[in-house]
Formats: sequence, C-alpha cells, structure tokens
Amino acid sequence: MASLKEMRNRIGSVKATQKITKAMQMVAAAKLRRAQDAAENARPYALRMASVIANLANGVSGDGAPRLLVGTGRDDKHLVVVATSDRGLAGGFNSGVARAARDRIASLLAQGKDVQIICIGRKGRDVLRRLYGECILHTYEVASAKTLTLDVVQPIAAEILSRFEAGEADVVTLFYSRFRSVISQVPTARRLVPAEVQAEGGAAAPNLQGGVYTYEPDEASILETLLPRNLAVQLLSAMLENQAGFYAAQMSAMDNATRNAGDLIAALTLQYNRSRQAQITKELIEIISGAEAL
Amino acid sequence: MAKFHFSLVAPERELFAGEVDQVDAPGAEGDFGVLAGHEPFMTTLRPGEVIVRDGSSRRIFTLQGGFAAVTPESFTLLAEHATEVGLSS
Repeated sequence: MASLKEMRNRIGSVKATQKITKAMQMVAAAKLRRAQDAAENARPYALRMASVIANLANGVSGDGAPRLLVGTGRDDKHLVVVATSDRGLAGGFNSGVARAARDRIASLLAQGKDVQIICIGRKGRDVLRRLYGECILHTYEVASAKTLTLDVVQPIAAEILSRFEAGEADVVTLFYSRFRSVISQVPTARRLVPAEVQAEGGAAAPNLQGGVYTYEPDEASILETLLPRNLAVQLLSAMLENQAGFYAAQMSAMDNATRNAGDLIAALTLQYNRSRQAQITKELIEIISGAEAL
Repeated sequence: MAKFHFSLVAPERELFAGEVDQVDAPGAEGDFGVLAGHEPFMTTLRPGEVIVRDGSSRRIFTLQGGFAAVTPESFTLLAEHATEVGLSS
C-alpha cells in the first residue's frame, strides 16, 4: 500500500497531465477550424482542374497522348508517396496511413515489382524505415510551413515528375488520409500517374450549345502544361486534407486522454480518502483501547 | 447586356465567382475578351492582368499564368498566384 504522500504526488502528476492534454485539445480544435477552411477553399480549384482534364482527355487518346495521362505502358516500377504528419499524439491517424501504405508495398514486392518510397512527414518515415528503409528515397518535412500553398508542394511534385521522366517510375501512388468528418479520417490511396480521370459524366460535361472547343495553342500542349500542375494540385489538396484530418484526430485523441485522466483522478482520490480514513480509525482504536487498559 | 458566369479560382481559394458582362484575359497567344455566348475555347494564359467588368464596376486581378476554359455560358479561370489589385469604375 502506497503511503499517503505518495498518493498525493500521484494525483498531482495526473492532474498536471490532464492540464496538458486539455490545452493540446483546445489548440488542435482552433487549428482544425483553420485547416478545414483551407481544405474547403482549395476544393474548387482541384475540382475544376479535374473536370477540365477529363474534358481534354476525351479528345486526346492513342499514341499521341502525354505519358503522364496514360502512363508508360508498364507497371514494374512503383513510386509510393506517403503523406503523414510530422508530429504524433493524434491517435491512430499516422499509423492508419502508414499501415495502408505498408500493405500495398508488401503486396507490390510480393508481385516482384520495384518499389521506391517518398515520405512526406516524419511519422510515416519512422514506421516505414524499419521495414523498407532501403526503399526510401527522400523525406519531406512540412511542419515548418505555416500555411500550405502550392509553393510548398512544388518541390515534391518536381521530384516526382523528374523521376517519372527519367524512367524511374511507371506508376505513382499517393497515400494520405481523406478527411471525411471530424471523427472519421479514412486512409486513402490515390493514383497520381497515370492520372486518374474522373468519369463523372453527369455534371461535368458543360453545355457547349452545339459548338466545339477551340484550343490555343493546341490540345496536346495544353495538356502538357496542365498535367504537371494537376499533380501539384492533387498533392496540395491531399496535404490540406491530411492536415485537417491530423488536427481532428489529435483533438479527439486529446479529448479521450483528458477524460481518462479525469477518471484516473477520481479513482485515485477515492482510494486516497479511504486510506486516510482507515488510518484515522486505526489511530482512534489505539487511543481508545489504550485508555480502557488503564 | 447578357451576362455569363465567371469564376476565378486560385489553388488556395476562389477569388471571384458571379455573373459578369465582360472579362478580358491575357491568353498565351494574345489577349482576349469574353462576352456571353462566346464560342467554346480553351487556352493557357501568360502573366498579366484580368479585367472583370460588370455594369459600371471594374475589378482587376493580376496573375502569373494559368488556364482558361470558356463555354457559351461560363468562363472558368484557373489562375496561378492571383491577387486582386483594385477596383475602379
């Protein structure tokens, strides 16, 4: 049985922990709102870009199509981009993405494919390094960037593009966490190269009133400038979702931690009061029985 | 004058969306103006100014390149590094 002083110290330390988790929860909640706004503001651009590319892709097909759109025709060399956060204490957020990536990498390796990895965010690298350390080409840290803009992701997109053009990758897949709601983030794989062209035929096709698109300069060169930019935009939108998801996961993890600390404090306080009372009773019995003996 | 829907979107956010009379933009092969009922048209843009006219108001944005998709009813401009420089009438 711990002494009363030890128990008092224990309660004090749990209370201090609870204060920290509470503060972290509130900070995450404030940052979540900003990250969510940023993710929502970036959505129109990504959507419009996707519909324009879908439009153009219908027109260009066959041998003349850019390789970013149709791929190299092989699928031997895979480049896996894993986007996680740089920091932890966010429940299963990072491990979910890392696990999805790990499963995919394992199955690709089992099929005899060549796999290379680019990590965005330290946490994903920490998990993957243990198993596939030799496949990791590069790790980008994004925590230093206060706001995510296209400029932040541009170097990452440039590396992916140059590796693709150098023939080091046939298929590029991005793993990130899709922000479905504050309580649900879904680890998701998105294929960046060859570009996934959304086939949402219903709403996407604009009313041309019988006209046909005129292109300046021409379809192929428009696509050639648009596709690399689309890659960067997809990266950006994935990272914005990731960031919103991270703060949401951190908020709920810290909320849980605060509640657990509260439960622990209640249990410890009860135990403390009981043993204090037991000691008082014991002392009283000693005094009374001592007085009776006289 | 007939109006059409114009939206100017930057990667970070939507800068402008609404019904307008006329938009002038710097196309890669020459500046162009768009009115309602323009033929379907797509082009890349070079750095320059976009002028949005609606009634007597004029809003000016600068951009460092981008992409334009025009249909008879709408004009979507995907801009890079766009900022609004001012209002004038």
